[in-house]
Amino acid sequence: MRVVVAMSGGVDSSVAAALLAEQGHEVVGLSMHLYDNSDPAQAWGSCCTLDDLQDARRVASLVGFPHYIFNFERQFQDTVVSNFVREYAAGRTPLPCAHCNSDLKFSTLLERARGLGADQVATGHYARVDRSPDGRWRLKRSTDPGKDQSYFLFSLTQDQLAHARFPVGSLPKSAVRDHARRLGLAVAEKPDSQEICFVPDGDYASFVERREPALALGGAIVNEQGRQVGTHGGVHRFTVGQRKGLGLSSSAPLYVTRIDAETSTVTVGVRSALERTQLTASHVNWISIAAPTSPVRVSAQIRHRHQPGAGSVVALPDERAEMIFDEAQTAVTPGQAVVFYSGETVVGGGWIE
Amino acid sequence: MHRIYLDHNATTPVLPEVADRAAAALRDEFGNPSSVHHFGQQAKAAIDEARTLTAALLDGDPAEVIFTSGGTESDNIAIRGAADALEASGRRHLIVTAIEHEAVLNTVKALARRGWRVTLLPVDQTGVVSPDALRAALDEDTALVSVMHANNEIGTIQPIAELAHLAHSTGAIFHTDAVQSAGKLPIHVKALGVDLLSISAHKFYGPKGVGALWVRRGLRVLPVLTGGRQERNRRAGTENVPGIVGMGVAARIAQAKMDQEGARLALLRDRLEAGILAAVPGTAVNGGGSARVANTTNISFERVEAESLLIALDLDGVAVSTGSACSSGTLEPSHVLKAMGLPTHRTQNSIRFSLGAANTDADIDRVLAILPGIVTKLRNLTRAVRA
Repeated sequence: MRVVVAMSGGVDSSVAAALLAEQGHEVVGLSMHLYDNSDPAQAWGSCCTLDDLQDARRVASLVGFPHYIFNFERQFQDTVVSNFVREYAAGRTPLPCAHCNSDLKFSTLLERARGLGADQVATGHYARVDRSPDGRWRLKRSTDPGKDQSYFLFSLTQDQLAHARFPVGSLPKSAVRDHARRLGLAVAEKPDSQEICFVPDGDYASFVERREPALALGGAIVNEQGRQVGTHGGVHRFTVGQRKGLGLSSSAPLYVTRIDAETSTVTVGVRSALERTQLTASHVNWISIAAPTSPVRVSAQIRHRHQPGAGSVVALPDERAEMIFDEAQTAVTPGQAVVFYSGETVVGGGWIE
Repeated sequence: MHRIYLDHNATTPVLPEVADRAAAALRDEFGNPSSVHHFGQQAKAAIDEARTLTAALLDGDPAEVIFTSGGTESDNIAIRGAADALEASGRRHLIVTAIEHEAVLNTVKALARRGWRVTLLPVDQTGVVSPDALRAALDEDTALVSVMHANNEIGTIQPIAELAHLAHSTGAIFHTDAVQSAGKLPIHVKALGVDLLSISAHKFYGPKGVGALWVRRGLRVLPVLTGGRQERNRRAGTENVPGIVGMGVAARIAQAKMDQEGARLALLRDRLEAGILAAVPGTAVNGGGSARVANTTNISFERVEAESLLIALDLDGVAVSTGSACSSGTLEPSHVLKAMGLPTHRTQNSIRFSLGAANTDADIDRVLAILPGIVTKLRNLTRAVRA
């Protein structure tokens, strides 16, 4: 069977491709050229740069399958980058990797794959997909809990999951690197990517300001009582739960508790002011079940590195949902995803309002 | 899988005779052609023979041929070297066409940053420059005019003799990039009336990394690479002897086969073109209304992503390209098709088929058998996704 592998140039997607080829599939490697990263004077993340595309090409050549590069600069700008800037400008904290998965890899790239006679797109994500007895496609956590990336895949629809394949999803990272060494892949020791790939030097604030200069005008920092305690250089520089970089002195540590982009106001408070037992989410995608009309017990994860909190979720009209936690959670951050799990299975997820 | 190569304008497979001659030079003629002793003389004799063969392909004098590292370097020496030599004359204006290869376009851009005035000549809908446009652009300040002989993307042939005559009438010198015509069209440098002419060996079954610049006797061109006095002080650096002797053999064979091979390829190309136009709705030939080199056709496929079509064909064993190889990997629509004034749906969805020595009737049959199905599949998918 012909399978397209989305190759970022990292060790995970490289091993994913090599394993599929070993299993006898006809692998076609596709890399996405997403942004102009040709300026050697800037430090780019370690994903999808020209060097990474070359790494992907070397893996393809060594294993012996064809590899092509699609130029998706325009699509990437129109979906992932514009959303990233819009979210920061609205005082929220975006999660571009999730958009890249649902809006590019498993939409535009999948569409191209189908045009090439491939019915599946494989990636190097640490997640698993299977089919329940009642015919629903299910998304599950990776068997390596430290590497699990199901959080970033919550917005894949049933149709997208049906065509998704995660060859390294049931392997621990160490085993993936072992495979890479066994296969002689030059990327075996390549470090994991950390930063957001399209922002040079990890400087999100400058990146956003270049596109929305008015944000840099800044505004007031106020306390929970509404009294001004300082000024700031733009709401895009803050995220709910942030402690560092506030430039305030106080007896108790202060955290960002609220961001109001309309008035360009950042509210700060003590740690307890960050606690919430309730949240609502929009654009909710239900995966293992249909939208639940009565509360369902789940554990909900509100950011990538977050110990999920137990509670109940119920669907609201207009693809929204309300989550009530048993115990208060710290820093529920608008713009991030909330993903509902039952055990290791993703029940669904949405965007925190 | 039997693979069909239809990308000869990007590069051609090296002929066995060429490879043998180059290999012999690598093994046996290792001397430095500048050396006085036997080994040097042997290498020098080898490149002299290649110079004669290369000059014969252009109907020029061997003493007028400079060996270079390829078409890009030849274009650079022609334009930069002539511009440098003409700087003292006070003329500071260059004219090139909008459809030149990047080797010319980016070279004049670099000169523009140094204060040279540059005019880009427009082309008509079939990709041809009009002499009137050149006449209008020329003035007393014009130092050099550069117009390619045949275009790499669409194959159209420019009226070089007429354009060169015009350029000379105001005292400008004339360069032509003949990289895509050398070995395909008869070239007589004197009849064309040019002052400088660039060629590249790997476009006519020679090795990569070697080319030549023909420089009319008496024309001053300053070196771009500075160093030793090789190539009559116009191109420093120890000569690429294996590449040069390989090019000589390639030039000899290209010249001997040119008429017959051109006629053969024209038949194949015309059959491919007519077959695609008949079998695939929403297709159009770009540059079809004018004289073209025999091996090239450039076809736009409405509502098809050219990148996807190229990859789908490659997975089925057919190698083609979108526009020029140099612009692959960029989103920019072809600057050539844009200069022809074609609408976006044609500039972004075009595929170049360029035929060559190994292609047969059976190859064309195979392409015509699989292409319509691939296009239909890609189009249905686009419709399904947009619906």
